[in-house]
Amino acid sequence: MIDDIRRIAAAATDRIAGAATLDELGALDRELLGKTSELSGFKRQMGGLDHEAKREVGGALNAAREAMAAAVAARRAELDAIARRAQAEAERLDLTEVRAGRDAGHLHLVTQTIEELEDVFVGLGFTVAEGPEVEDDWHNFTALNFGRYHPARDMQDTFFVDLGAEREVVMRTHTSPVQIRVMEGQAPPIYSIMPGRVYRNEATDSTHLAVFHQLECLVIDRGITFGHLAGTIDMFTKAYFGPGWNMRLRPAYFPFTEPSAEFDLQRPDGSWLELGGCGMVHPNVLRNCGIDPEEFSGFAFGFGLDRLAATKHGVTDLRELASTDIRFLEQF
Amino acid sequence: MKVLNSWLHELLDAPVAPEAVAAAFDDLGTPVEEEVRLGEGLDGIVVAQVLALSVHPNADKIQLVDVDRGDGEPLQICCGAFNMAVGDKVPLATLGTTMPGGMKIERRKLRGEWSNGMLCSSRELGLGDEHAGIKVLPPELVAGTPITEALGIEPDVRWELEVNPNRPDAMSVAGLARDVAAKVGVGFHLPAPPSAAASIGEPVTWASSGPGGRSTAALPGGGELTIDVAAPDGCGRFVGRVLRGVDATAPSPEWLQHRLTELGMRPISALVDISNYVMLELGQPNHPYDLAKVAGATLRARRAKDGETLVTLDDVERTFTADDLLITDGDDVAVGIAGIMGGAACEISDATTDVLLEMAWFDPTSVSRSSRRLGLRSEASARFEKGVDPAIADLAADRFCQLAAEICGATTEPVQVDVRGTLPERPPVPVRTARVNALLGTDLSSERIAELLAPIGFATSLLEADVQVVTIPTWRYDSATEIDVVEEVGRHHGYRNIPNRELTEARAGRLTDLQKERRGVRRLFCGLGLAECQPLPFLAPGQLAAAGLDPGGIELVNPLVAEESVLRTALLPGLVAAVAHNHARRQLAVGLWEIGHVFLPAPDGQVLPDEREHAAVVLAGRDATAAVEAWQVLAEQLRLESPSVENAEVPGLHPTRSGRVLVDGVPFGIVGEIDPAVLARHSIGERVAYLEVDLGALFGAPRRSPAYRQISRFPSSDIDLAFEVPEAVSAVAVERTLAATDPLVWSVKLFDAYRGAPVAPDHRSLAFGLRLQAVDRTLTDAEVAEVRTRLIAAVEQAHQATLRG
Repeated sequence: MIDDIRRIAAAATDRIAGAATLDELGALDRELLGKTSELSGFKRQMGGLDHEAKREVGGALNAAREAMAAAVAARRAELDAIARRAQAEAERLDLTEVRAGRDAGHLHLVTQTIEELEDVFVGLGFTVAEGPEVEDDWHNFTALNFGRYHPARDMQDTFFVDLGAEREVVMRTHTSPVQIRVMEGQAPPIYSIMPGRVYRNEATDSTHLAVFHQLECLVIDRGITFGHLAGTIDMFTKAYFGPGWNMRLRPAYFPFTEPSAEFDLQRPDGSWLELGGCGMVHPNVLRNCGIDPEEFSGFAFGFGLDRLAATKHGVTDLRELASTDIRFLEQF
Repeated sequence: MKVLNSWLHELLDAPVAPEAVAAAFDDLGTPVEEEVRLGEGLDGIVVAQVLALSVHPNADKIQLVDVDRGDGEPLQICCGAFNMAVGDKVPLATLGTTMPGGMKIERRKLRGEWSNGMLCSSRELGLGDEHAGIKVLPPELVAGTPITEALGIEPDVRWELEVNPNRPDAMSVAGLARDVAAKVGVGFHLPAPPSAAASIGEPVTWASSGPGGRSTAALPGGGELTIDVAAPDGCGRFVGRVLRGVDATAPSPEWLQHRLTELGMRPISALVDISNYVMLELGQPNHPYDLAKVAGATLRARRAKDGETLVTLDDVERTFTADDLLITDGDDVAVGIAGIMGGAACEISDATTDVLLEMAWFDPTSVSRSSRRLGLRSEASARFEKGVDPAIADLAADRFCQLAAEICGATTEPVQVDVRGTLPERPPVPVRTARVNALLGTDLSSERIAELLAPIGFATSLLEADVQVVTIPTWRYDSATEIDVVEEVGRHHGYRNIPNRELTEARAGRLTDLQKERRGVRRLFCGLGLAECQPLPFLAPGQLAAAGLDPGGIELVNPLVAEESVLRTALLPGLVAAVAHNHARRQLAVGLWEIGHVFLPAPDGQVLPDEREHAAVVLAGRDATAAVEAWQVLAEQLRLESPSVENAEVPGLHPTRSGRVLVDGVPFGIVGEIDPAVLARHSIGERVAYLEVDLGALFGAPRRSPAYRQISRFPSSDIDLAFEVPEAVSAVAVERTLAATDPLVWSVKLFDAYRGAPVAPDHRSLAFGLRLQAVDRTLTDAEVAEVRTRLIAAVEQAHQATLRG
């Protein structure tokens, strides 16, 4: 009987290993290990055996059953793997054919430059102020110490806006009117920058725009000196351009600052970049904003952004900055 | 302003290297824009005499010139100019010479004839712009003399300087010399011509104003000279002199012509050249009249009558208003525009023998206004606008008379008529040493400040300890207050000598919430794969209408070009044009965004327009749904309270595929597709989705509080509900009802919209998926069924909808 059991088990193991499909394996499983299987028949015959024989036959039966069950499990695992592989082959993808339907989008060069500069100044302890692009005469000129017939008004080619009152409303010619709005709205100390779009009525070419951008920096506090102006420009220069850059100040004239200066930056290679204008805020400007110039002093400096933005990326014609051509916009 | 090193040095007490002069100009705020080295490269050019002229056998435009180069031998030159005669002295570039322009002179054949050098024009010598003919030299020169020696040409430097409006003194050679001398520490002196006339009146200071009026003096040479200041507010001082026996045909000497030419003025005639020379040297514009043509030997400064006219020196008839200041004669007929330009009628001519010389001080504002209104600028007006030195007239008149005597043989009547009008007050200014140092960040003593100021004419005297009284020099019209003096101290102390200082106060720099959110919106639009563009905010007339918008935009008074003359009222026109630009280049399906200002009419009582910050997204090749999705993610980013869309007809957008975006029921922008009519006008052949919102207003719209909603640990139940809903009812409204009916509703999502049978006409089927959940238990089937019933009832009741079976 034990021999029969071992023979049946050996034959069954071979058949299990030869099962070609999961269905066939299931049928074998039922036939070889189910209630009607030969092994079950041997179990029923065990009732007539003595205790010792019962123990031996029972051991052989259990061993055979375990061997066959293990064979079924092993074969099932093999057949599962084959099926998964076939399924995988059927759904193969070539990843090199994938193209994004869209890209990550693009910030305009000028926006990138403004954000970079804002971050530098925020790091130096400044806030960012904004104002309207259409301005009244008071904020754009008069409060900034431009007399009505002051020759300096000739320096600013102005777009006048047709709102009835003659020459009262202009496209702002600089970001300085935001200085006035900040000083009118807030008591010192003031540590602010004012980036924004400005307008000049002058013919455009590759290096001049009628619509461009400036950034100004305004500090009003007790004890502020021309030395602080120079030191702050120097610190900003090194923070934004790099440690190898230097700056110098040359006397200049602006109605709203006195003393006034132009500031030039020296590149690490020794060449100079004329960047902007600056100076100590004129006492008349402080008075116009209700600030006592005997108690507070301050400085301001400002410069154009568009050339910085264009130069950084090798754009040689500033007029490109207003381009809406996707071939330009998606480069940055 | 241009200046010659040689001229400058006539007024300096010691030589200064050109490099040091240029550096001083830069440090003093009159930066060098151009530096030109003159009189270099003239070695090898000699005086030659024309011996014979003959026709070139093979050429019409070249003649053969035999010259004597000093050795008596004829030397044949081929020359393209025909302006010289036998016996003339001309400049000859000999063989081997390298010209100032770099050309090398060699023996060569021109059309078969040898040329042994080159005869030179003024331009070829670097001596001016004249190039029409060979420069004919003065006859007394000796052939063979090097040209530099013959013409007294010495190496020189010409600088062109930028002069700011606050530096009237820098509009003259003398003023520049004074400033440079002070900076480099050498002495300075003004020219010292002999005093030609006894002046009547006191020396001029800023305070010496007068009431104007009329003053007449008898002239020893016969007749009288009258000066009449009828507009004392416009004419602060009027000095007149008379010169007799002028040879107006005498040529200006070479040196004078050379200096005028180098400083950018054209030599005209001796008297005009002298007038210009004095202006350039001393900064005093002046005008010589032909005395014979000035009725009554009288000059009068008065306001013009409205509509009065005058033909000016440039032969243009000018018409005046009562604001303009004129110079008139004894018959009160206009002979010039004060401070701007003389009239043609009294112009100096070759026949002039007697000259009436005007030296005046005109009010800067008055000159500036007239000059601007007339569109007429001159060297004189440029100086009067900045403020001429009112005290320099006497010296300038003496200088004019001196040069006229030397060059034209003039004798000056020993009389000067001097009438004073209103000069601005420039009282002495107290200057506090502590204030100077507090503003500059320096540690200068009172003595040092005085030392810096003295050489530029700001005289100081100590008022009390560390307060000095500073007298403003008459040549600094711009200066009037303590801060002006502080700037002069800073300029002459040197900006580079002021030590850098750091801001030491600790401060928290930050962006405002709005600025941070704007950056978030920028990143969001980029995340949609779109490119930012910044088109001009100026539109062409008609561009608003072409974009389907109200055609009324605020206009510029003085646009650069008509195509850029209207302020945009929306971002739509610029972005439609942007899509059209790309479409025309076969760049389809572009996606762009912009954040920028738009300008709506000023609200009542306001001076400024209603200026707003808008944000817009334009998606070519996409339909309206893409724009709605962009709105939904924007609303999500900004955590807007109850954002929604309502269908509506919106100008510029598709009549049946557009609407408004709302927050809490209030509209904040438009969404949908661009109107096919607009697309057609722009030759755009694809659908274009569009969203534009008032971003500034949106930042102030109600926001959802970021409060936490508890996540349930228990399983959720999903149900689907489909309703037949009239077209007039928006999907959002149904969704809101579903979300608001029971707190067990965790989420509602619209997953299908269907039109067509068996759905009734003018209705569509909207299918929603709902997830129900309680935080404290698993919902029973009975509870879910109960909620479902109430949801159906709520929708059917509120929206005339019916549940679909």
